Amino acid sequence: MELALVLGFPLMGAALLAVTGAQRYAAELNIAISLSTLLAAAKLVVRVIHGGTIVAFDEQFFIDPFNVFLVALTTLVGFTTSVFSRPYMRIEAAHGRLTEGRLRLYHSMYQLFMAAMLVALTTNNLGFLWVAMEAATLSTVLLVSLYRTRASIEAAWKYFILCGVGIALALFGTILVYVAAEGRLGGSGMSALLWTHLNAVKGQLEPTVVGLAFVFLLVGYGTKVGLAPLHNWLPDAHAEGPTPVSAVLSGLLLNVALYAVLRCKIIADGALHSALPGRMLMGFGLLSTVWATLFLWRQRDIKRLFAYSSIEHMGIMTFAFGMGGPVATFAGLLHMTVHSLTKSAIFFTAGHATQTAGTQRMEGIRGLLATHPSVGWGLMLGTLAILGMPPFGVFTSEYLVLTTAMRDHPWATPILLMALVVAFAAIFRHVQPMVFGETQAPVLPHPPSLLPVFIHLGLVLALGISIPPVLSQWYRLAAHLFAG
Amino acid sequence: MPAPTFAAQVLQTLAAALLLISFAMLAERRSRRLVTLLIWQGAVLVTSTLLVAATTHLPHLFFSAALTLVLKVGVLPWILLRLMRRLGIERDNEPLVNVPTLMLVGLGLVIFAFGLAQPITALATTVMRHTLGIALAVILLALLMILARRKAFTQVIGFLALENGLFFAATTTTYGMPMVVELGIALDVLVGVFIFGVFFFHIREQFDSLDLHHLESLKED
Repeated sequence: MELALVLGFPLMGAALLAVTGAQRYAAELNIAISLSTLLAAAKLVVRVIHGGTIVAFDEQFFIDPFNVFLVALTTLVGFTTSVFSRPYMRIEAAHGRLTEGRLRLYHSMYQLFMAAMLVALTTNNLGFLWVAMEAATLSTVLLVSLYRTRASIEAAWKYFILCGVGIALALFGTILVYVAAEGRLGGSGMSALLWTHLNAVKGQLEPTVVGLAFVFLLVGYGTKVGLAPLHNWLPDAHAEGPTPVSAVLSGLLLNVALYAVLRCKIIADGALHSALPGRMLMGFGLLSTVWATLFLWRQRDIKRLFAYSSIEHMGIMTFAFGMGGPVATFAGLLHMTVHSLTKSAIFFTAGHATQTAGTQRMEGIRGLLATHPSVGWGLMLGTLAILGMPPFGVFTSEYLVLTTAMRDHPWATPILLMALVVAFAAIFRHVQPMVFGETQAPVLPHPPSLLPVFIHLGLVLALGISIPPVLSQWYRLAAHLFAG
Repeated sequence: MPAPTFAAQVLQTLAAALLLISFAMLAERRSRRLVTLLIWQGAVLVTSTLLVAATTHLPHLFFSAALTLVLKVGVLPWILLRLMRRLGIERDNEPLVNVPTLMLVGLGLVIFAFGLAQPITALATTVMRHTLGIALAVILLALLMILARRKAFTQVIGFLALENGLFFAATTTTYGMPMVVELGIALDVLVGVFIFGVFFFHIREQFDSLDLHHLESLKED
């Protein structure tokens, strides 16, 4: 029941906003829909805590300890982003960058995107997972090109073609899984695509077929995670779209794509009886981390800078999940949570910073503390958090990843440490003059809404100091799922 | 190994035809003829799906064949041709450099695809699975086409050819995905093509051309 509400609110909201999205109250309506989704998700979470795994709608949807916390995270960030987007989009409209039709498109696609992600997270059917991931791509393509500038159209085209091709490979992988499972789970039935059924018989699946399938699934969904060398769409899409979209792309979509990869990995681990899937994740993860940090130095655009930082962090998570084991998986899940909260908070402040300065180029953004102290502090604290400064939660997860790497794969530790140090130097060098320094920039026409930023950073801080027992229990149950 | 049945032989002939069309697309310069080739590919898919449906007596495959007929032979080509007329690119020629090299790379990809599918083909319980290598080859050739072309319109055709290869893999190796999933995929493809259509107009409005050479300003700096 709660599940129907969680999926139903954003879907109905998308339809409603497709009609009323340009009205004066559309932004408030968007917030109300996101809040309803969040409340329904909270109720769902309470039910799962008491009753355990839920299977619904003829086994097509399910909630287990792994996806329930991602559902909670997705609806929470979806809600705070809608709060942030209200003044942000008003300022954009006041600057003349948006027409009524595009505002309607924006609000409607925002909810459709949320719905697609929630379906992808809760579905039990690998086929629906694919359909929902593709739907998430399609809805965000139109959001990335919202400003209709040359650069934004180019970014959206790149995003569309690269992710379209990537996700087509994932479909081939899904077909191969179906080939492998059909013999075990009865031909031409639905059950050969249901994750819970696959998980139950994963030990008997044909290893060669599942191995090949996993390669395609990893490359396919990995394109959407932003794993190097298939990450090219990510910085462009983040830099050229409206900032609320960058925040949900970076904070949520990448997580959902990684979730898809991990679901497939659990099956592949069971079928292959070898460390190969884990090794592949470690390789891609490490490559992405190193690659992204090398590009951090050369960035001139604030949103591109943090987009590369997202690639780096997705790399760290992928590496952590690749190592496997209870501690590394725990660290990976924690890192998913804190990265999502921190990165969206950074994009919120970066969005207002660019509006103040009138440019996304970092040399044009100066002295945020002087004009908008809350934006300046938000950006500074967010940056410190994402760079892994204690006592923020990112420090905890990165520390766990590093210590596990030191124990199990000592060769990887110096590479990871170097990447973290380079990232620290590169990002801090760029952010410091933006926050401090002199400026004559005017004050924004609408007061920015920074409550979301401080809620997110507060949560990350709290997670860094102590993880509540409910959450650590979830993480442990989820890690248990990985151990299979 | 028992001799393949007549139906399986016909299916393999159809698979070969699909591969041949993919090569033809790789070397085709005229956009109009590319759409014709895409229609042919759709027709081969419908025939092969019908054949599999007739030999296995699975009712949902008949629906699937009907869906393919409507979508891939009917609606999608119609949308593409309409777009071409409205954009005035019906007679467009795309200069292709080095067709022989492209063909050689294509050949290499086919060998690679067969090598990759070999372990699965060896396990095959049905004759149908021998076509997996060809399906993978069609997918890789479509990828090559997307990479090699510089026009937005031809990239989209490559994208649809890729989808055809996936569909062929699904019907011949697994007797089709479950119906609901197939419907979902079809819907995604249809919406995707609509969005591509919208994009053509945005691109032309901004760049006065559908040539993707203009879309190369976002580089690492």
